Amino acid sequence: MKQIVFISGKGGTGKSTLVASLSQIVQNKMLADCDVDAPNLHILLNGKVMEEKDYYGAKEAVIDKDKCLSCGICRRTCRFGAISEDFEIVPFHCEGCGACTLICPAGAIHLEDVKTGNTYVSETDRGTFSHALLDIGAEGSGKLVTEVRKNARNHINEEDWLLIDGSPGIGCVVIASITGADAVVAVSEPTKSGISDLERVLAVAKHFDIPGYVCINKYDLNPDITRQIEDFCDKNGFKVIGKIPFEPKIVYALREFKTPIDAGLENITAEIEDIWEKLSEQISTITGRRR
Amino acid sequence: MKIAVLSGKGGTGKTTVSASLSATIKPSQYVDCDVEEPNGYIFLKPDIKHSIPVNVEIPCVDESICTSCGACAKACQFHALAVIKNKVILFPEICHHCGACYIACKPGAMTASERTIGVIEMNDDQTFAQGKLNIGEPVAVPVIKKLKEYLRTDIPVILDCSPGASCTVVQSLEGCDFCLLVTEPTPFGLHDLKIAVSLVKKLGFPFGIVINKALENNSLIQDYCKEEGIEILLKIPYLKEIAKNYSGGTLPVQNNKEWAARFIELYDKIKERVLQ
Repeated sequence: MKQIVFISGKGGTGKSTLVASLSQIVQNKMLADCDVDAPNLHILLNGKVMEEKDYYGAKEAVIDKDKCLSCGICRRTCRFGAISEDFEIVPFHCEGCGACTLICPAGAIHLEDVKTGNTYVSETDRGTFSHALLDIGAEGSGKLVTEVRKNARNHINEEDWLLIDGSPGIGCVVIASITGADAVVAVSEPTKSGISDLERVLAVAKHFDIPGYVCINKYDLNPDITRQIEDFCDKNGFKVIGKIPFEPKIVYALREFKTPIDAGLENITAEIEDIWEKLSEQISTITGRRR
Repeated sequence: MKIAVLSGKGGTGKTTVSASLSATIKPSQYVDCDVEEPNGYIFLKPDIKHSIPVNVEIPCVDESICTSCGACAKACQFHALAVIKNKVILFPEICHHCGACYIACKPGAMTASERTIGVIEMNDDQTFAQGKLNIGEPVAVPVIKKLKEYLRTDIPVILDCSPGASCTVVQSLEGCDFCLLVTEPTPFGLHDLKIAVSLVKKLGFPFGIVINKALENNSLIQDYCKEEGIEILLKIPYLKEIAKNYSGGTLPVQNNKEWAARFIELYDKIKERVLQ
């Protein structure tokens, strides 16, 4: 099974819309949403949850008040300001490092697993779908992403492709989403922010040695910047595999939980079909070469 | 006063709103806490004069003292240390700089070293400040923490947060007086707005909403806000002109008195709420 991750750097460029549309075109595939703190793909897939699990992705210190000597050495040792004046653990501050458990002379502190989110495996009419939701403000989003990808692999049933909806940014969530993937597709838009963020996220793909492709959404919104994106990709060895025009009807379709394909937008559908044709061909040659 | 601008969903217009606020309220400080993908500089065009590296502490093993006992690797909750062939190996990117390994090392072979994971950039009067995480680095929180050491206390501060609702956003929000939630009237926008609302409620911050890309005859967000009793502070219409200006790096308030007036009005509403 080949894994393709859709990322963007900048948020709101159309990752989920593209992945949901591709899910109607690509045969024999699985789906995953790795944007665990603001997942959106499930809104367009309308699946049935078959498996739900609590995910314990972090640890937190617990102080046994009966044993505590109130000496304060734990508070002085903690680098995250997570122990209050009256020896309570400050919410959102404890990173579960355990330094306090090692230093406490009374052995009054231990670590406990903390629930950081929920994972789901859903059945949809477009294939098995692995997703998750991070608890509000929780630590360890990268670990939850790794769990989502593991869940997808655990439910594999001879599928050829895994299409992964990624998250904005370039940090732990994105790194956990793309590590070991066969290719990334960066969905960009012709804005100054879009190109700035695209350059950074493609640098991350290069850093981890993952082949990167680019899709320019709303390309006709600013033809000058679209040209700049194409030039940048040319110079840096990234192929532009598609250009989708600015089409307000896509927004209207999304409001009714429809993809551009559901809404019968023929020109957009044709473009997305073309993107998949190019992408699948490219990835077959790359992975062939890698092996 | 410190105002944090967040959204849950990416691309709803956080930077448009926070940079517009900063460009209208003078003097004010714009602080880009989206250290993974900072964009405010594109619109505010600051003259960067200060560049301060963000260094984090990492352990360094003195091999003449190390007995390869493995206590450090066992103590590290983040699996940043391992003993391979009698040698302690550090994976610096996943180190959380917590110091547990120093405590665990009985022979005292661990000393502190430093590495750079990002940079803080500011203009001369620090009315503009941004953090930038280096490529390939996973952990953004130390960059945000460092950036927040440079907050000005004498003028209003606008903090532009990253998308999502995880630890980076929590770190950005800490110590702020008001949260401005920017959303758009799509099912995605509403879904992620609810996540952002849960976050600011859980943290106990006063907040209000800006609807960006608002369309007439669509009350998706309004209905939700009415139900929840949340105040809508500003609506920015879905206009190709605004999108086009944005694409080229121009804010709605730049060269437009009407929009500047609306952002001043927005700021007055926030001030009133905070002073209440």
